[in-house]
Amino acid sequence: MSDKLTIAMPKGRIFEEAAQLLVKAGYNLPPEFEDSRKLIIDVPDEPFRFMLAKPMDVTTYVEHGVADLGIAGKDVMLEEERDVYEVLDLQISKCYLAVAGLPDVKIKGVAPKIATKYPNIASSYFRENGEQVEIIKLNGSIELAPLIGLADRIVDIVSTGRTLKENGLVELEHIADITSRLIVNPVSYRLKDQQIDEIVERLSSVVSQ
Amino acid sequence: MFEKPLGMRDTLPALYEAKKKIRNAMSSQIESWGYQFIETPTLEYYETIGEASAILDRQLFKLLDSQGHTLVLRPDMTAPIARVAASRLYQGEYPQRIAYSANVFRAQQHEGGRPAEFEQIGVEYIGDTTTSADAEVISLMIASLKQAGLTNFTVPIGHIGYVKALFMEIVGNEARADVLQRYLYEKNYVGYREHVKKLPLSSIDKQRLLSLLQLRGNDSKIEKAKDLVECEEGKNAAAELEMLWKKLEAFGVTEHIKIDFNLVSHMSYYTGILFEVYAENVGFLVGNGGRYDHLFEKFDRPAPATGFGIRVDRLLEALDLPQEEPEIHCVIFSAEQREEAIRFAMSKREKGERVILQDIAGVKDVDACTNAFAKNTFFLGTTRKEEA
Repeated sequence: MSDKLTIAMPKGRIFEEAAQLLVKAGYNLPPEFEDSRKLIIDVPDEPFRFMLAKPMDVTTYVEHGVADLGIAGKDVMLEEERDVYEVLDLQISKCYLAVAGLPDVKIKGVAPKIATKYPNIASSYFRENGEQVEIIKLNGSIELAPLIGLADRIVDIVSTGRTLKENGLVELEHIADITSRLIVNPVSYRLKDQQIDEIVERLSSVVSQ
Repeated sequence: MFEKPLGMRDTLPALYEAKKKIRNAMSSQIESWGYQFIETPTLEYYETIGEASAILDRQLFKLLDSQGHTLVLRPDMTAPIARVAASRLYQGEYPQRIAYSANVFRAQQHEGGRPAEFEQIGVEYIGDTTTSADAEVISLMIASLKQAGLTNFTVPIGHIGYVKALFMEIVGNEARADVLQRYLYEKNYVGYREHVKKLPLSSIDKQRLLSLLQLRGNDSKIEKAKDLVECEEGKNAAAELEMLWKKLEAFGVTEHIKIDFNLVSHMSYYTGILFEVYAENVGFLVGNGGRYDHLFEKFDRPAPATGFGIRVDRLLEALDLPQEEPEIHCVIFSAEQREEAIRFAMSKREKGERVILQDIAGVKDVDACTNAFAKNTFFLGTTRKEEA
């Protein structure tokens, strides 16, 4: 085992924002990872390396301890309920979870169908609101579901609202605000506390409060 | 393949040997501190054990007996031991030192691959309120982990009484204090900070609540914790940790100890000093424990108590022992030399070797049979031949 910390990073848009944040915190990152297809990226100048994961899987890697730290959306954390420390709100990738659907459509039936990538969040949200629903899990293009009659409404993340608008959907209910969080494996948090505390401190000083 | 229920596992010989090694190492250490092992039933009444245990209701395996009573597969050993220790069955006077090594059962919510049945080794020290009892339990835990071969591990120690006192002092009522405590329990420091910012408190009090998150590290944090709290309960709790630290120094185990005033292992079970164990190579908690002074009230014989429980499967993962099947010596014989073969096998067994006696008439493929063993001896016809 190396002494380097492993940070699980989500592939895609959040990765860039998170990398910028680390640069802002004074970390010297190699310039070329944008177009790399490597899944493990060494950062020679710093005491950590990155592993790239699907955003939904970051919490899993961190919970199992194969990554010491991770950057995960609050949406993923709410959905997965993993046993990890949530130590810092990075204030990046801001968006929110919402219920959306076609405008002016009356809900029919005793249990309206809800399509979502977040079955746990959706089912606990509707349960708390006393609504009886049927959850349909999809892995992407959730907006399609109400258009072709698979579901009455959807639960999904909304950042600009453009996808909803372009597909003729409207936001109906706001569930929760989402940003990316720095998460830590409980064992690493104990055994590598000094290294981790340093990263947390440096990042928290550049995160806009 | 015949399927097993979710989370249930078979233990094959190599793993069995490794587990046995750990179990023997830990129990010999525990016994040498004068603790006595007991066994309790696998099934208990839901009303007595299920409700008293620290394990969440949804993690219990419940079933009905033929009279319709709800039973549980024991989810931990602490509640059954409290039941025994509080009953008349157990005549002893307090303090009592009891140990156990047993399988416990917890239904899993997440992936089906996680074990729902696993072995726990631990102790309960009943009837002693002093921090000497806490120090003994923690030191014994460290000694037994070391005996099992664990080297790189950390034991964060906290005090739930301190956390509760600080919260009550600042937010004034239990409901509000519980909200804050839940954030710590869920390890959600972001949520905790957000919540504190929104509370209708003076900026000084908000800062005090936020400062709690910094009380993590070496024993110097105990002094800081004392300064942070004003009420007597809080100061006493910090003083208890201070005393504990000194006693742990006397045991010589403080290199493994960290102080963490944010440690909340459970929402309501623990009542004072509490601790967890984390080890390199395993992503999850290896064990935990603490003081649970209210459990015995549920069994009508109030008594203070403290203890620890170690998960053998996680410890095994942390130790990364080579999983080898034991060396077995195979003696293959034919009818003519049966007696010689038996005598030979017996003498080897007496010396502690593991010896198989195999009649050659019972083997279809002699080569395949001999290849399976580390050592073979043949008593065939009139010859005797040894082969490594």
